[in-house]
Amino acid sequence: MNSPLLEAKHIYKQFYDPVKIDVLKDINFQVNSGEFVSVIGKSGCGKSTLLYILSTMDTDYQGELFIHGTKMTGLREKELAAVRNEKIGFVFQFHYLLNEFSVMENILLPARKLAKYPVEALKERALLLLNTLDITKLADKNPRQLSGGEKQRVAIARAMINEPLIIMGDEPTGNLDKKNSEIVFHTFQQLATEFGQSLLIVTHDPEFAEKTNRIIEMEDGRIIRQ
Amino acid sequence: MSTRLIIQIAYSLLIARWKQTLVAAIGVTFSITMFITLLSFMTGLNKLLDGLILNRTAHVRLYNEIRPDSIQPVQQVPEYNATYHIIRSVKSGNSRQEIYNSKAIMDRVKQDTRVLGIAPKITSQVFFNEGSLDITGVIYGIDVEAESRLFFFTDYMVKGQASDLKNVANSIVLGKGLADKLLADIGDVVQITTAQGEQFRLKVVGHFQSGLQELDKTQSFASINTVQKLLGKPASYVTDIQLKLTDVNIAPQVAKEFGTVFSIDAEDIQTANSQFETGTTIRTIISYAVGITLLVVAGFGIYNILNMMIYEKMDSIAILKATGFSGRDVNRIFILIALGIGFFGGITGLLIGYLLSSLIDQIPFNTAALPTVTTYPINYNPIYYMIAGSFSLVTTYFAGFFPARKASKVDPVVIIRGK
Repeated sequence: MNSPLLEAKHIYKQFYDPVKIDVLKDINFQVNSGEFVSVIGKSGCGKSTLLYILSTMDTDYQGELFIHGTKMTGLREKELAAVRNEKIGFVFQFHYLLNEFSVMENILLPARKLAKYPVEALKERALLLLNTLDITKLADKNPRQLSGGEKQRVAIARAMINEPLIIMGDEPTGNLDKKNSEIVFHTFQQLATEFGQSLLIVTHDPEFAEKTNRIIEMEDGRIIRQ
Repeated sequence: MSTRLIIQIAYSLLIARWKQTLVAAIGVTFSITMFITLLSFMTGLNKLLDGLILNRTAHVRLYNEIRPDSIQPVQQVPEYNATYHIIRSVKSGNSRQEIYNSKAIMDRVKQDTRVLGIAPKITSQVFFNEGSLDITGVIYGIDVEAESRLFFFTDYMVKGQASDLKNVANSIVLGKGLADKLLADIGDVVQITTAQGEQFRLKVVGHFQSGLQELDKTQSFASINTVQKLLGKPASYVTDIQLKLTDVNIAPQVAKEFGTVFSIDAEDIQTANSQFETGTTIRTIISYAVGITLLVVAGFGIYNILNMMIYEKMDSIAILKATGFSGRDVNRIFILIALGIGFFGGITGLLIGYLLSSLIDQIPFNTAALPTVTTYPINYNPIYYMIAGSFSLVTTYFAGFFPARKASKVDPVVIIRGK
């Protein structure tokens, strides 16, 4: 399959609050399989907005979005949910773990929704992931008992569970101290090199971005460098 | 799809807020309990009150009304067709209360499959002589066996044996009020004067209490033969034939049919006692209204709690949606939570409702008017349990409907970016 993993064609978006503001202007770019891409730019340049459009959660835009050659634009909410479930993993600034479930159950949630493999097989895979992320001992704990860095690593494991085509991150290190930031970055890098995982991470930390394969820089709703 | 997963998520959310869940469930439990208890008690009471009259009332009564001939001779003269008739020469005096050919009618009616049984009856006005005082009263001549079998005559005997009416010659069962007036206990003899002026002495063999005091002050019972003797009538003399049907609802139709076939007056129970039916209906409606109001209030409680839960769980909803749960899945989770509350609250409510009504069933309830009743009446009709059960689910479904729809419409972008 030669089509790029992720392709954005002429994406525009406006906010109307209270006057019309063009947030994104004619965004065109591609992400290929195995790339570790970071998106940087100042606050308000539209990088997060772009990420949410690429993630299929935001459908209010003009232009076209393709994932693996399939057009996402115009699909119904249910179909987009299925795409997110199967093909995209998310890591946000905040961990968004469900306190009602254990770490293991949190990781399993998207996989059980997909229901591609039996639960036993999924548990094994989850343990493997936890092992890779060096947090095996946390499996049965409650998210409330975890530190910020640990939570974020659990969130990464959750993003990885369905073997997504791409992992998207919105400032995944934004809430963490330097040490934990580095751990999370190394985790990402490990995923990219060891598993060939494609990643698209929005960040405002130039240090973080420097270490990725490719940097997309945005300013005032346009891509100025890629 | 992943129904089990949805159920598990709903369950975890429920357990995580178990105190609120409990409060909501108690609301449902309380209303279902009250619904069951109220309806069981109210309809039990209804049945009792209706039974008071309806047990003792024939489904169809055949009789001869005393009335003037409806076609007077003057109407049969063609010349006077267009004129006003002043003369009504044939008066009711020529008509009789007796049912003509009563034996043949009874034989014919007995063979009808819709008829459960018949009891002939004679109504006779008499005076009870107490010293210089004459007390007006009625003696009903009855067939004791048929009357007991069809109209529960023995149930209303507070003293003495009903069968003595048949076994003891010239015997009488007095209404309780009447017996008190006459100071007549079992074995005493009362003297009566018939409308024709004949005097008789009858032996008291029992006391009867219908529960309606006015009636008990005037009515008394004797066997058919005795009353025929009092009136000086032959053995075929009967003024009423009481019919009990297999299905009370067809009474009007049967009454109409027999009325025409036997050219006789026929009255059905619905016409004779329409006011009781109205009272019963209204009492039942009130019970339902109260029960349903309670449930609706409980429904609002569930609505509130779910709404709060959704505000609390915005993050969870957002991440569920981000990781691939559709709006429909989220909707189902919250509907399930609501139904879970309704289901368990409802089941408990049905149970407590049953216990509470059986408790009321044990409370002594003695009243002079109701000799056969010793405790408060309860109607354990399973239909109320079914109605309450399904209604608890329906209310909680609707209570969950709007919060669930709201949850399904949560935009994850707004929540996640807002952090």
